[in-house]
Amino acid sequence: MSSKMQSSSSIVQARRTVQQLRIEASIERIKVSKASSELMRYCGEHAKNDPLLMGIPASENPFKDKKPCTVL
Amino acid sequence: RKYMRSPPTPEMATQEVPLNETLAHLKTESETLKSKLEEERAKLHDVELHQVAEKVEGLGQFVMKTRRTLKGHGNKVLCMDWCKDKRRIVSSSQDGKVIVWDAFTTNKEHAVTMPCTWVMACAYAPSGCAVACGGLDNKCSVYPLSLDKNENLAAKKKSVAMHTNYLSACSFTNSDMQILTSSGDGTCALWDVESGQLLQSFHGHAADVLCLDLAPSETGNTFVSGGCDKKANVWDMRSGQCIQSFETHESDINSVRYYPSGDAFASGSDDATCRLYDLRADREVAIYSKDSIIFGVSSVDFSLSGRLLFGGYNDYTINVWDVLKGTRVSILFGHENRVSTLRVSPDGTAFCTGSWDHTLRIWA
Repeated sequence: MSSKMQSSSSIVQARRTVQQLRIEASIERIKVSKASSELMRYCGEHAKNDPLLMGIPASENPFKDKKPCTVL
Repeated sequence: RKYMRSPPTPEMATQEVPLNETLAHLKTESETLKSKLEEERAKLHDVELHQVAEKVEGLGQFVMKTRRTLKGHGNKVLCMDWCKDKRRIVSSSQDGKVIVWDAFTTNKEHAVTMPCTWVMACAYAPSGCAVACGGLDNKCSVYPLSLDKNENLAAKKKSVAMHTNYLSACSFTNSDMQILTSSGDGTCALWDVESGQLLQSFHGHAADVLCLDLAPSETGNTFVSGGCDKKANVWDMRSGQCIQSFETHESDINSVRYYPSGDAFASGSDDATCRLYDLRADREVAIYSKDSIIFGVSSVDFSLSGRLLFGGYNDYTINVWDVLKGTRVSILFGHENRVSTLRVSPDGTAFCTGSWDHTLRIWA
């Protein structure tokens, strides 16, 4: 690559980085306290429907051991 | 058969560069923007997640054990995925085989031998009628699943994605029609399954991309990817734009997974930690680590409510974390080599792990 092309592609790369950073800098953000309480709220609302969290009885979980059935 | 490649960017063709856009000027602006980003993120860092979570009730003891062991692969299991029917599983291995299992009965329903070894990625189609896989062949291929057990699946194989390095991960979008891929070539790409056409490519990672996860469909068209550049990037699927980027891990990111609400995602890394990033706070909000855990995390997934985070580790164990409080609630033993892949079932009743010990285990 010629040195002119080299510096041109470095500039292209740098320009892309600046454009990318501008996009990232411009997004709207909320406080961690608010974000955290929303995560907690979601967990709380869905906890009772979470089998691995609540532990469901063997009769309702196809993977847990049940009495084997005999096929006659 | 020709595949459309993304065209060279218009800038490449330009010979002229505006006078004030010297390299030095751009680098200064770059540094200024980075500092501004850090400042903005710091302003909103008013508290830690685990502090807010102090008022939440603690979790009790968990009894989870292996309920099924799936044996049949001849070498390391590298990847697995659940079918939406909550009982079938597809897995892929270093031995070049892709197997579809009925996890309830442990029966093998289909097996395909790929033309390459190290099939690092596999995924089940939403319809349950096909699977996608790939690895060292640099491709992602789709195999329709036949009801006829004697039919040679390889005969109906369709090559969809073409990268210039290994395929590390693949996922169907919300239909059988499109596949998202990530590759050792540093890019992610979205493909039309029927035509094999490249619909969008995603450039931004500075090294191999190792993993990806699609946002839950309610949250809109985004996905997150993780790579060897230690970055986790969030992408807009339509524009190809990287909209958020997180760089707090100290090593390769092997796995990324969205929190069920879509407002956050977790990552697992060779730096032996899992982390939680909140998308609306635009920052890392939790680190799941212990001094005693020194081996890398290969894969992570959430329980249905998002309260538990399961991590598969290179020290053969699974650590279960309380996502809100940041503490470990359980450690599970069983595999006899690295855990390489981990997914919770679609209805959350169990999770499956794949390992370098050639087996898959179902835990509940």
